[in-house]
Formats: sequence, structure tokens, C-alpha cells
Amino acid sequence: MRYFAPTTVEEAVGLLAEAPGRKVFAGATDVIPQMRAGRPEPDGLVDLKHIDRLVGVRKTATGWVIGAATPTSQLTGNAELSAEFPGLCEGAGLIGSDQVQNRSSLGGNLCNASPAADSVPAMVVNAMRAVIASGGGTRTVAVQDVPTGPGRTTLAPGEFVIEFELDSAPANTGDAYLRLIPRTEMDIAVVGAAARITLDASGTVTAAALALGAVAPTVVRVADAESALVGKAIDDDVLAAVAAAASAACNPIDDKRGTITYRRHVAGVLAKRAVTIAAERARNRASGTPSTNGGSH
Amino acid sequence: MARRLINCVVNGDETDFLCEDGDSLLDSLRNEVGLTGVKEGCGTGDCGACSVLLNGRVTCSCLVFSPEADGATITTVEGLADGDHLHPLQECFLEGAALQCGICTPGFLVAAKALLDANPNPTESEVRYGLAGNLCRCTGYDKIVRAVLEAAAQMREANV
Amino acid sequence: MTIADDPATTLPGYKWVGTRPIRPDGFDKVTGRARFGADLTLAGMLEGAVLRSPHAHARIVSIDTTKALALPGVKAIVTGADFPEPAGNPTDQDMCRNAMAREKVLYEGHVVAAVAATSKRIARKALDAIEVQYEVLPHVMTVDEAMAPGAVLLHDGMITKGMDPAPTEPSNVASRVVYQRGELDKGFADADVIVERTFTTKPVHQGYIEPHAAVADTTPDGRSTVWCSSQGHFAMRAYSAKVLGWDPSRLKVIPAEIGGGFGGKTTIYLEPLAVRLSQKAGRPVRMVMDRDEVFMATGPASASKVTIKMGANKAGEITAAELWMAYEAGAYPGSAIGAGSMTALAPYNIPHFIIEGFDVVVNKPRVYSYRAPGAPQSAFAVESVVDELAHKLGIDPIDFRLQNAVEEGMQAPYGPKYQKIGFKETLEAIKHHPHYSAPLGPNQGRGVAAGFWFNAGMNSSAVVHINEDGNATVVTGSPDIGGSRASMALMAAEELGIDYNRVRPVVADTEQVGFNDVTGGSRVTLATGAAVVDACRKVIADLRARAAKTWDVPVEQVEWVDGQAQHVDGSQPPLSLAAIAKGWARTGGPISAAATLNARGVGAGFSTQLVDVEVDPETGHTSVVRYTTAQDAGRAIHPSYVEGQLQGGVVQGIGWALNEEYIYNADGKMDNPSFLDYRIPVASDLPMIDAVIVEVPNPGHPYGVRGVGEVGIVPPLAAVANAVAAATHRRFTDLPLSPPRVLDGILNGTEES
Ligand SMILES: Cc1cc2nc3c(=O)[nH]c(=O)nc-3n(C[C@H](O)[C@H](O)[C@H](O)COP(=O)(O)OP(=O)(O)OC[C@H]3O[C@@H](n4cnc5c(N)ncnc54)[C@H](O)[C@@H]3O)c2cc1C
Ligand code: FES
Ligand code: FES
Repeated sequence: MRYFAPTTVEEAVGLLAEAPGRKVFAGATDVIPQMRAGRPEPDGLVDLKHIDRLVGVRKTATGWVIGAATPTSQLTGNAELSAEFPGLCEGAGLIGSDQVQNRSSLGGNLCNASPAADSVPAMVVNAMRAVIASGGGTRTVAVQDVPTGPGRTTLAPGEFVIEFELDSAPANTGDAYLRLIPRTEMDIAVVGAAARITLDASGTVTAAALALGAVAPTVVRVADAESALVGKAIDDDVLAAVAAAASAACNPIDDKRGTITYRRHVAGVLAKRAVTIAAERARNRASGTPSTNGGSH
Repeated sequence: MARRLINCVVNGDETDFLCEDGDSLLDSLRNEVGLTGVKEGCGTGDCGACSVLLNGRVTCSCLVFSPEADGATITTVEGLADGDHLHPLQECFLEGAALQCGICTPGFLVAAKALLDANPNPTESEVRYGLAGNLCRCTGYDKIVRAVLEAAAQMREANV
Repeated sequence: MTIADDPATTLPGYKWVGTRPIRPDGFDKVTGRARFGADLTLAGMLEGAVLRSPHAHARIVSIDTTKALALPGVKAIVTGADFPEPAGNPTDQDMCRNAMAREKVLYEGHVVAAVAATSKRIARKALDAIEVQYEVLPHVMTVDEAMAPGAVLLHDGMITKGMDPAPTEPSNVASRVVYQRGELDKGFADADVIVERTFTTKPVHQGYIEPHAAVADTTPDGRSTVWCSSQGHFAMRAYSAKVLGWDPSRLKVIPAEIGGGFGGKTTIYLEPLAVRLSQKAGRPVRMVMDRDEVFMATGPASASKVTIKMGANKAGEITAAELWMAYEAGAYPGSAIGAGSMTALAPYNIPHFIIEGFDVVVNKPRVYSYRAPGAPQSAFAVESVVDELAHKLGIDPIDFRLQNAVEEGMQAPYGPKYQKIGFKETLEAIKHHPHYSAPLGPNQGRGVAAGFWFNAGMNSSAVVHINEDGNATVVTGSPDIGGSRASMALMAAEELGIDYNRVRPVVADTEQVGFNDVTGGSRVTLATGAAVVDACRKVIADLRARAAKTWDVPVEQVEWVDGQAQHVDGSQPPLSLAAIAKGWARTGGPISAAATLNARGVGAGFSTQLVDVEVDPETGHTSVVRYTTAQDAGRAIHPSYVEGQLQGGVVQGIGWALNEEYIYNADGKMDNPSFLDYRIPVASDLPMIDAVIVEVPNPGHPYGVRGVGEVGIVPPLAAVANAVAAATHRRFTDLPLSPPRVLDGILNGTEES
């Protein structure tokens, strides 16, 4: 195996084009454990962290750009981003330990394409886009359209994510991410749920997004829950409808981390809790109170 | 395959070592640099025994490829003490009996240093979550958490 | 170094025992200097790797190592053919086959071959190049499957021991044990309330953070030096010698620092492989397990199935108990069913009982000791039912236990009479602890449970040398796994009357000190400590004799007080230990004494524990919010390390109760051999663990010591389950209490008052 450390996107594209067995990496927090577990070593690993454009959290006129190889600790460490998108930062911040946080990236979390990836549901509800280096140029796709199943993505060989685009949140908007793990840390989500809610002045939901992780081969958008929310004030009946829609949207498997029945049930529970927190944050944002951080489950 | 020469600063000293591209920094530190205070408990990022500071940030050295260390600054448990003068965390671990077998201790000390560097006045809960990436099977964590809180208090006092 | 003075724990009459000084090996362990098993590098050293069975059960048809041997850098390969035919008693033979499979592999991870090469990477490549042909056989994974009629047999000729008459057909049941007293029918007839339930637990691993490691350097004269981290290098020598077919004395085993063991490092895995590889290659070989190998191929604790029926009368007396227990042994006989049966009812004085236990082989790694081996599983069943009986009778669970608790002079269920024990004291300590009456929050529940462990004595040797500067070196052969060097130094300082910092405790190799049994069974402070005390007393006798000689008085007129020889009537200026040491050339040469013993007088240990949990009613997630443990330590030599043992045992028990389990797929392969998926508790899962040390001195030890290492893991399984029952109004009988299981109980279980 050979290691490469290009400093420009073009150089990286060239290195990948040179030999088909090469692969990009950022934090290596998936790549190394997978090699250790017996996955074949690629012939070459292209380290993305020396390309300036791929590392860093930048505020733009219309929102944010997050380098695909940025360590997730830089997201949670960014006070402004955390205030505007607490749910996104919760999702990213739940990946592994502090040690892992200093390495793990959104690009790696998304492109490793684990159904349980913690940052992906929150990226999806915030309608983030991935800017992909493709051949000589770039293409931009919705984050949701990148993974296609466990370990599989729509990226063609030689393509990689350069950065993620995130539009500024409209007024009165809040997001949240919750997951269920048996421990309190250092675990892979049995179920994850991200919600984003926008309210009008009267407390009526004007926009809603709900996405679930670890309950299907890829992240699941729960359209029925979203339509149950929009145009309503959030009350117990609405939340019950959200929970029911979330449970129904699941297509889970039985595995070492959880059963089908369990995942379905908990998806509903976490969906309604995430919606509640997101709505609470949306209200607080309107009144100017800083948002609070949620727990890990 | 030809081995690669890596130049870095380890515990304040200019250091170079040879590695294959796929080697982990953990293996290189232990086998090439001779710093066996850095421990392997899992090799997959789950236990924290291999924790080092890489350019000031706490990292599992088992999850770093050795060539990534070129030009980097690395601190291991061997670099925490100032000569014979132990770091307050080391003192508090000794005084507070925060180790039994001691295999997890190097990783805890390095991770706790990073924690206190970033947050000099953590709550018990912040210490527990901050050190969740370090497994200890002997102590039940009680005395480790107390030792870190005590070291934090001592360090704050020394800094006023 | 400073001593953390804690007047509360400094005992009257003692200067050192009961204090909390810094441990002698502490500096090395906080600076990264301490050398653990994998830390040694020798010139020319090769790296080893092990080829393991991918199947749960298969016949080895052939092994071809030609291609692997031809790889550049590969220096030696060993298979079953490189070891002598297993000899000795059946247990020894099983150990040999477990170390290296012969005709059959009996579990995923069973050793098939081992390689030594110039790098670990090459060694791993060589493993891929070894061609093994297997004939895959059906497997049995649980006691139910293994005991079913017509089950696939692991061992063709295994006839159950302990049956009368002996069965004529072989089975997977290795042995049966029975303990009984009184007349069961009468006991149940006397009962007003009877509870009957079946409990199960899954295999759990000791989970030490240091993987097994060994370095061997075998020389052409047919001797080998082995460095390894183990709980007893004398045992490693004896067991390795058996696998190799050598006399033990051909092996010298040097103890490395050990990164946790909890019983799991009392046997060999890599050592004989490294010795043989080194012999074949003519170079030193280092072998270190990966974490997945530790899980798949080293001995976890037994999974268990326990059916229990227990009755009590309205007055609160337990009248009868009937237990049927089956423990998984893994691939070879040897579960802790014996200890599990003996300890099951040990805390209670029950007039009528029968305990019937079975040791059952299955296609999983051979189980090995784990902290109070066998006791947590049976205590889980007994303490859950005791709790339920107390509730049904409307009696406080601690009062119910107090009423039935054993005390000095009563007969233990397994035979002997109890000496002085402190069970009731631990119950009282919990009852009067503020925790017991603290208010509970919503969705919270409180649980209590108790536990018993014998504690071990066994063989120890120690030597005490006085150095020319008046310091003492204390040499033992008991690896220090959690602060025992400090305890040895404290007892020696107390005996000799010198400063703790003038005592240097050393753990010596197999050629430098006499035999020591393993560090296990909570025996080191007790037995090795007693040997140290004996050796110190011999040294003192010698010191007195030398002072008498110097003063030309009869030795009876010399006393040893505060580290110096004093004449009874004060007619001579006292002679300090340092002064006597300085003049030793004139009084008979260097001063040292050895002591060996097979410790008797072990003191049984009891623990009572109290826990509050909070259960999320919608997800079944359980958090431990408060924990208090009270344990009889006899005498705490170094209270900090005693607390550490108590806390560590509790937390391992919490892991066992809540999330730890081996998960197997349909092919009999382990699905979760990593710390990410085998979930031992992390710091954020836990509260502080309040450790209350109860001291009811053990009359069998010079300082009253009882073992403290093990009993702490016995109560938590039931304590947590009882607390979850209180929080959810549902009884849980199957561990672990993982969120899916608890939620299932909440949604589908029967509600109880
Ligand atoms: C101890 C531990 C705990 C963990 N806990 C969690 C957890 O709680 N939640 C969770 O979601 N994950 C967890 N993970 C998994 C992992 O840390 C995350 O998936 C992480 O975000 C991966 O990022 P990385 O940069 O390290 O990826 P890498 O390992 O560098 O890469 C992962 C994959 O993505 C590809 N890739 C990386 N960057 C790009 C890019 N820019 N464009 C295209 N492809 C790319 C790589 O080729 C590789 O296939 C854990 C891992 C460990 C070791
Ligand atoms: S060895 Fe690196 S985290 Fe365990
Ligand atoms: S002290 Fe042994 S693992 Fe922490």
C-alpha cells in the first residue's frame, strides 16, 4: 500500500486516475479498523487533509461551506455553527470519542455509507449538498443521494467529496439529532433520528424535515411525518402521528445491535423527541435565547 | 517495498524513523521510536490506550498511518513529566490510586491532559464524557475521575 | 514521596497497615516506563501470528504449510504435528488440545497453526497461505442444544461424571455435582410463599485491556526463557511444559507487568507456541493477540441456565430451595459449576435444599476463571428470587436477608462451618447508609443483592533480604495486578518497624524465588502476605540474635521495637536495623530469610450492594444513577486499593448485567469481537461507586486480611435486575438487560406489584 498526500484537488484527482486501486481517506477512523478486520488493503491511500479546500468550516454570504475532510471536532468547536445548527453538530459530535472526533470527517461518515452514520440524518434534514470532484470538474448533489446501501455510494471511481454546502437557516428554525445506543458513548446507533422544524410566529409548523438512521439500508426521509407536521401546532396528537409515521417508514434488519421490532418502536420514540427538541429550538431562536444541547439518546 | 523516512518532533525531540506506508503510528512509536508507554488495547480506536497528542490534539495512534506523522509534533505519556517533575495529573493518579494494572494509564493521562488543556474546570460529567474513549476495566473509573478533577483543581490553583 | 494521611483509616496499633502510601511501581506506571507483555524487544526477534479455525466445529483433514514457508521472511511454522501427543490427566490433555488443535477444531478461533516471520505483516500473509482442509461438522451452541437427546457430540467418549449409576452413552455433559441438606418436600410444605423461575446469562469476557502477549527465546541447549504477562508465571511454566512435553525446569518464565487478568490470565495460550516457534527458527519470537483473538479464543465466563424454586414462611424464614444449574464449559470440560453450586446458597441458612449442577461442553471457547468464577451466575438467580420472596412477604429485602443470613458456627451449604464472617455487618452497613433511604426520582428503582466468595489460600513463597543500608527487599513470585506490591511493602514495614519507603517489593522470576500459585482467588494479600510476614519474623529473630551477640546477652533479653533491637531493661543503647545491617560481617554475614506456606485460615468474603437505576420507559435504556457497595475486607492493608477492587468488581458486574454478551450468528461465529460491540462500561455510563469497607478481621491471618478481589462482582447482576424490576414492575430473568430486552419486558411482560 502506498500513501499519498496531495495538496490540491487536481493533484488528488490525478493520483486517483493513475491507478484504479487507490482510495481517498480523511480521518482513517473507518479505513483502518476495516483493514484490521480483514478488508483488503487498497494499493494506495490518498490523504485528503493536506488540501486546504477540504479542511475547515467557512461562513459564506448564503450559509456555510464545510470541507469534506474537516475533523468533526471543528464543527462542534465552532460556536456560531453550533448555535445555528445544533442538531448537525450533535450528529457530527456523537461520532466516537474525543480521540476519534479529532480525525473523523463528514466526508468519511457519508462515503463510508454505514446506515448508522450519525452525521447523515442531520445533513439530510438540513438539505446539505455535496460538492464532488469529478473528472476535470465538479458536480453538486444532495447528500441524501450519495449513499445507496451499506458501503455503497453513487460516487464513480476516482470521484470524491470536496466540501458540503449548507444554506443559512431561515428564521424560527431549529434542528436536533438523537440516537439510541446501549451505552452513553462509544457505540454505533441502533436508531438515529434528525428533525428540522420551522415555525411561524403563532407556533405553527411551516416547514418540517425528519430523517432516520440505522433503520434501513440508507437514511430514510419520513414524508408522512413531515406532512403531519406542516400547518399544525405541535401537540401530542401530532407527535403521535409523527411517531407512527416514523415507525412505518422503517425497513430495518435484525442484527447484533437491535431487532426489527425494537428499531421500529424506538424510531417512533426518537422521531417525536427530536421533533420536540427541534421545535423548542425554533421557538427559542425566535425569542433570541441560545439553543441548548441535547443528550446522546 | 522501500521504507519511508519520517521526520517529526516527539516529546520535544527531533526524531526520525522508518516505516512502511501502511504501518500505524502506534506500531512505529512502539517498535521504531521505542516509546512502549503507548499501549495497544484494540488497534481499532475503541479503547484509547494508544492515545497521543498529534499536533496538540488527542488522537488514537492506532488510527493514524505512520507517514501522516511527517512534520508533526507528537506527545506521548513519556513526554508528560518535566524531567523528574511529574505532571499534576501523574501526581494525582499516584496519590489517588487511580490505577490498578496500569495498562490504561498512559492513554488516560494523555487524554486527560487534552481535556484539561481545553477545559480547565470540567464538571464530573464533562470528565466522564471527555474520557469515554478510554476504557479501564480495573478501577470502575471512580478514582480516575476523582484524580482528574483533583489535578484540574491543583492546576487552576497553580495558575492564579 | 508523600503519604496521603487519612486518620480515619489509620488503625490503632499499626503504623503502616491501613495507610494509603503511593505504590512502589507507581512512578513507572504513570510515566510509561513499566514493561508489559508486549513491550519487550530482543535482538533478532521475530513476530508471531496464529492461524485460527474459521469454523465452530470441524475435522481437520489436512494442513499444508509449503506455500507459507516459501514466503520470504517466514522463518518457522508449527502445527499440531510439532507438539507431543497430549499426556497427563484429562484436564492436562484438554489444555494441550486447546493450545493447539489436533484432529478437530471445536470453536471458532481454535488454534490450527502458528507462524514466525520477520514482521507481523509477513506473518499475517503467511497465515493466508497455509492451506487447511476442513470437514465441517454441525455445532451446538447452548446448554439446551448440547443436552438435547441426539445432540452432536464434541468429544466422542465423554461419559458424564458424578452420576450414579454411570451412564453408558456418551454426551456433552462432562459432570454433575450435587449439594443437599434436609428433606426438600418438608421444606416446601413449610413454605407460605414459593417462587419458581428460570434464569439465563450469556458468556461474558474478563475484558482486560492488555491482550495476551509472550516473548520466547529458546536456545540450542534446549532451554527457553519466556517473558509474559500472566497472573502466575509458575503456572505458565508448568502448563507450557506440559504442552511442550518438557520438564518445567527447562523453562524460565519472567513476569512482565500485567495489564489486567481477572482470572483470564491464569492459563496459557501463546506461550508454548512462542517457545516452539523460537526453537524451530533459532531466534526469539514475540506473539501478541489482536483484540478479536482475545474475544474469540481466550476463556470467557460461562453462560448459564439456572432453574430455582425457593420457599419461605410468613415469619420470613427461607424454608427450602431447589436449584438446577447448567453452565457452559465451552469446548472442554471445566466450567465453574462446582463453585457456582457451592456459593449459590452460601449466604443463607436454609434447612432443606438441593443443588444439582451440570458442566456442559458447547462449540465455544473453553471458559476460564473470571472473578469469583461461577458465583455471579448462580447469585443472579438466588438473589433475584430472594428479592421477590421478600416483596411477596412484605418484608424489607435487607431485613429478610438479615433474618436468614449465615453467621459464625453455621454450616455452609458446601460442608464446612463458617469461621468469623462479616455478612450481617455488610447488610447492616447498607441498611444504615443514607443511600438506602434517599428519595427516588421518576422511572427509578432501587435494588439490593448480596454475594459470597470463599477466597483462596494456596501456595506462596517469599524472601526478605536486608540490604547493607538497612533497607529491605521483599521478593515474592506473585504478579502485581492491582497494587499488591504496596500491600507487601506495608506489611513488611509494619513487621520490621521501618519506613515503608525503605522496603522494596520485587516480583521475581521462576528461577529467583520459590513456587507461587497464581494471583487469583483473592489470595495474594492473604497468602503471599502471610509468607512475607513469616519471612519478616524470621529476619527479626535473626536481628535479635545478632543484637544479643553484640551485647553478649541471652536473646530472650532482646526485643524488636520500632525497627530496633532493645534490651528489655534498657541497659544497652538500642541497635537500629540499619546499624545491625552495617555490622553484619561481624555477626554472621548478610541477613535474609525465606518463608513458604500453603495458606490455611482463609476468610470467606461477603458483599452487599445497593443500586438505583433509571429506566427510560419508551426505549428500555437503563442507567445506573447511584451505587453503594459494602464488603467485608477483614482488614484493609491499603484501603485505596481495597476500594479500587470493590469498585472495579461492581462495574464489571454492571457491565454483565446491562450490556455485555457474546453474540453468535447461525454459523456459530462470534458477531461482536471488538470493544465497540462488546460493550464494557465506559466512564460516562457510571456514577461514582461508593465503597464501604467493613472490617471483621479474619482470625486466620496475622493482620486479619480476607481476600477482597472477587466477591464484589457477585451481587451486581441481581442488584441491577432487582432495581430494574422495581423501576418497571416487571421481573427480568435473562441477562443482559439491554434496551431491547427491557423494552420488550415493559411492553409485553406481566406487570407485578
Ligand atoms: C471508536 C470508533 C467509534 C466510532 N463511532 C461512530 C459513531 O458513533 N457514529 C458514526 O457515525 N461513526 C462512528 N465511527 C465511524 C467513523 O469514525 C465515522 O464514520 C467517521 O466519520 C469516518 O470519517 P473518516 O474521515 O475517519 O473516514 P475514513 O476512514 O477516512 O474514510 C471512510 C470511507 O469514506 C471514504 N471517504 C473519506 N473521505 C471521503 C471523501 N471526501 N470523498 C469520498 N469518499 C471519502 C473513504 O474512502 C472510506 O471508504 C466510529 C469509529 C471508531 C473507530
Ligand atoms: S489501541 Fe488504539 S484505541 Fe485501542
Ligand atoms: S488500571 Fe487496569 S485497565 Fe485501567
